[in-house]
Amino acid sequence: MTPFSSVTRRKMCIRESGSEYDCISELGELGLVEFRDLNPSVSSFQRRFVSEIKRCEEMERILGYLLREIHKARIAVPEEDESPLAPPPRQVLEIMEQLQRLEMELSEVAKNKEKLQRNLLELTEYTHMLKITQTFIHSRSRHEALGPQYEEFPTMETDSAGGCTGMQRLGAKLGFISGLIQRVKVEAFERMLWRVCKGYTILSYAEVDESLTDLDTGEIGKSVVFLISFWGDQIGQKVQKICDCYHCHLYPHPENDEERADVLDSLRTRIQDLNNVLHRTEDYLRQVLQKASESAFSWVVQVKKMKAIYHILNLCSFDVTNKCLIAEVWCPISDLAKLRGALEEGSRKGDATVPSFVNRIPCTDTPPTLLRSNKFTSGFQSIVEAYGVGDYREVSPAPYTIITFPFLFAVMFGDLGHGIVMSLFALWMVLTEKKQNKKRSNNEIWTTFFNGRYIILMMGLFSVYTGLIYNDCFSKSLNIFGSGWSIKAMFTNQQWTNKTLQNNALLTMDPNVSGVFNGPYPFGIDPIWNMAVNRLSFLNSYKMKMSVIVGVIHMSFGVVLSVFNHLHFKQKFNVYLLFLPELLFLLCLFGYLVFMIFYKWLAFSARESNRAPSILIHFINMFIMQGKDITPLYPGQTGLQIFLLLVAMLSVPVLLLGKPLYLYWLYRGGKGLRRRRGYERVRRASEDNSITPSYDDDEEEGFDEVSNREPLPKQFDFADVCLHQAIHTIEFCLGCISNTASYLRLWALSLAHAQLSEVLWAMVMRLGFKITTKVGVVFLVPVFGLFATLTVSILLVMEGLSAFLHALRLHWVEFQNKFYHGTGVKFVPFDFSLLPSVFEQEGLL
Amino acid sequence: MRVLFCGPKLAACGIVLSTWGVVMLGLLGIFFITHSAGLIEDIPLQREDLYPDPNPPQRVYDLYNQVGYNCFIAAAIYVVLGALSCCQMRLNKKKEYLVQ
Repeated sequence: MTPFSSVTRRKMCIRESGSEYDCISELGELGLVEFRDLNPSVSSFQRRFVSEIKRCEEMERILGYLLREIHKARIAVPEEDESPLAPPPRQVLEIMEQLQRLEMELSEVAKNKEKLQRNLLELTEYTHMLKITQTFIHSRSRHEALGPQYEEFPTMETDSAGGCTGMQRLGAKLGFISGLIQRVKVEAFERMLWRVCKGYTILSYAEVDESLTDLDTGEIGKSVVFLISFWGDQIGQKVQKICDCYHCHLYPHPENDEERADVLDSLRTRIQDLNNVLHRTEDYLRQVLQKASESAFSWVVQVKKMKAIYHILNLCSFDVTNKCLIAEVWCPISDLAKLRGALEEGSRKGDATVPSFVNRIPCTDTPPTLLRSNKFTSGFQSIVEAYGVGDYREVSPAPYTIITFPFLFAVMFGDLGHGIVMSLFALWMVLTEKKQNKKRSNNEIWTTFFNGRYIILMMGLFSVYTGLIYNDCFSKSLNIFGSGWSIKAMFTNQQWTNKTLQNNALLTMDPNVSGVFNGPYPFGIDPIWNMAVNRLSFLNSYKMKMSVIVGVIHMSFGVVLSVFNHLHFKQKFNVYLLFLPELLFLLCLFGYLVFMIFYKWLAFSARESNRAPSILIHFINMFIMQGKDITPLYPGQTGLQIFLLLVAMLSVPVLLLGKPLYLYWLYRGGKGLRRRRGYERVRRASEDNSITPSYDDDEEEGFDEVSNREPLPKQFDFADVCLHQAIHTIEFCLGCISNTASYLRLWALSLAHAQLSEVLWAMVMRLGFKITTKVGVVFLVPVFGLFATLTVSILLVMEGLSAFLHALRLHWVEFQNKFYHGTGVKFVPFDFSLLPSVFEQEGLL
Repeated sequence: MRVLFCGPKLAACGIVLSTWGVVMLGLLGIFFITHSAGLIEDIPLQREDLYPDPNPPQRVYDLYNQVGYNCFIAAAIYVVLGALSCCQMRLNKKKEYLVQ
């Protein structure tokens, strides 16, 4: 991957009508080009291919219905590895027909099924009613034998008129109404009956054991079988009306036991038949869905591709005179050959008499930016692009970010143990990436972590390195090489005795005593510091200085990268007027600070350590130019400092005024200081030519394209350029100071991480170790579990995200504002695999 | 026939935690047995252990050894927990296959 964005140019493709569908299909499969909208003023209803798109949407609707039915029946839709191609127009009608037929069949079968189910419900209810009312009658007949109140009624006799059992009492007929009502309505029903019929009815009811589904509402609830016996026709009508009101299901009451038995028998056989038919209907439905599910996936993909192609066709303009379709695309120059190949293939498939071809057209718009990346670099690319997509042909910080970002993260995170855990987690994600890619989880947080797996892996590996440097593993130091400090030497040199140990809580080791300090630890911080009380004083000084050094190096690197931009856009004057003053300002001031840090580390040993001067005082004195009283760090310090300060001060006006004055002079056409009016026009033309040279990395001859970032404006606004440059100067100069201080967050976060780690160990793990009882040893197991959970949640996740964020901020603000513009547009090619699928989002596929 | 009492995610967490526990507690045990100075604050040291001691670091070393053995016992318990989680994971995988 080159640090520069790839060249994209504008092409004009001419397609002949007839094969344009196939050409665009080929282009969509390859994902090479980005189409431009040639009809921006036309509304979507007035475009040419609107009817085809409507047809596609109709097919999508049917497919949605089909997929929902398949999903309800819990049939899995098999996915194919290879996406099917977009179907040619003649096949489209076939697919449309198939889909419509399927839809009709499915809706018919569904309707039939519903009818059958309703029927079944009725028959079941009737059966229940008959069985339960049988018990009513029999219990009543038992009562008849016992109680005196029914004596006046003879036993049931058949009455030919009316069809219901009649009992004569004072000339009024006894009638029965039986049916089912929902359990929740029974009390209200009874009360209503009592109030309306004033005791001329007797209601007996009993609950049905089985829960029945009410098909209208889909609820499953208990029902109650009731039997109302009433006297008189008027009452009968009132009862009928009340039953209607309460949505009861009424069934005819049989006259005697034989009739009841007959009806029950016939019902039983009918229910059995119905169940059979229902089973077979369900089987058939399932078969149909199963068959449909086999091709469902390919249909969905084909319809999606078709719709995309028609959408693109709508973007093209139709040339009536030549009867062909014209499309304008952005295409990377390196892919031109592939583009031609694709058009040829499309023309061949579409059987066109005149093949499609490609022409280049000159343009003045800036092309979109394309940066090629693979699965490793795409993570880093995306975090750079989150700040802003680079301008066309601008230096991209992404390849450098691959190393600097994990490094800055690791400086803030530096712990060996945590780094190992993080690396193992990332390694697991990387090794199982094929499986995870197939799973396509819906959890957004997991997808974010998974897409950044290579970033996390790099961060973890770098953290292992910085953990070794800081010598910090779960807040304990590892003694790999043997400490450089020896306590025994303090005893052998009679500095300390046993009495000293007993009388003092804290003791200071003196490195000036021979044998105490035997040289620095080979790699990293000496492990003895882990046990020292003044550990933080030492580490803070070290980490702060390290942060400033890393910051100045990072920022200088950013400034140096801007040279590439200036040279690339053939603005050599920028190198002298922008880059040089910026670099001089930065290095003369903060580079000198870094030099002083290194000098102090190297020049002062343990012997002179109590005389070592404070660098900060010297730095401040340099600015206020008052260094007379204190001893210099090195001979000639005052002279050098004055010189550096002068250089830095002088570079500010150069930065402020250099570029505007130069551009003004250029605009005036001056080669010398005198203006020669006579030859001015010619000179300006030749001046223009030398400033805007043509590109020669083109594979097509004959086209010069002007692509400098700031073409010479027709009208030169001096005030505007001055203001812009003033803002840039102030931003840069003040920014140098604030950005250098901003890098101190590297120290702050690493301190916070180390302290959190130590606190976690002291407050959790130590409790497990301090148990002395016999049984208490098992206590260590849950304590370690708690320690591990808190480490992962607080130290890895929370601190990790925090360090990630701060490292990202350092890149986006402090590093990138030295050279990166980031105001470009991203190149989005027309690619079928990038199109979203509505069905996948709904989880139906 | 073993009973399945945790889902696949809990079993996976159990395996990860047990592996980590075995490795870390094992290493800690070794560091305690070798009397590493960095861990001095983690042993249950009292003032009486230090001063009236005829044989100076012996009591301290004994404490170190005791904590070390505690660590090893805890690591052994984590081995058992790890084996249990492995079994649960395998049972979960089998159940997945059966349902499909």
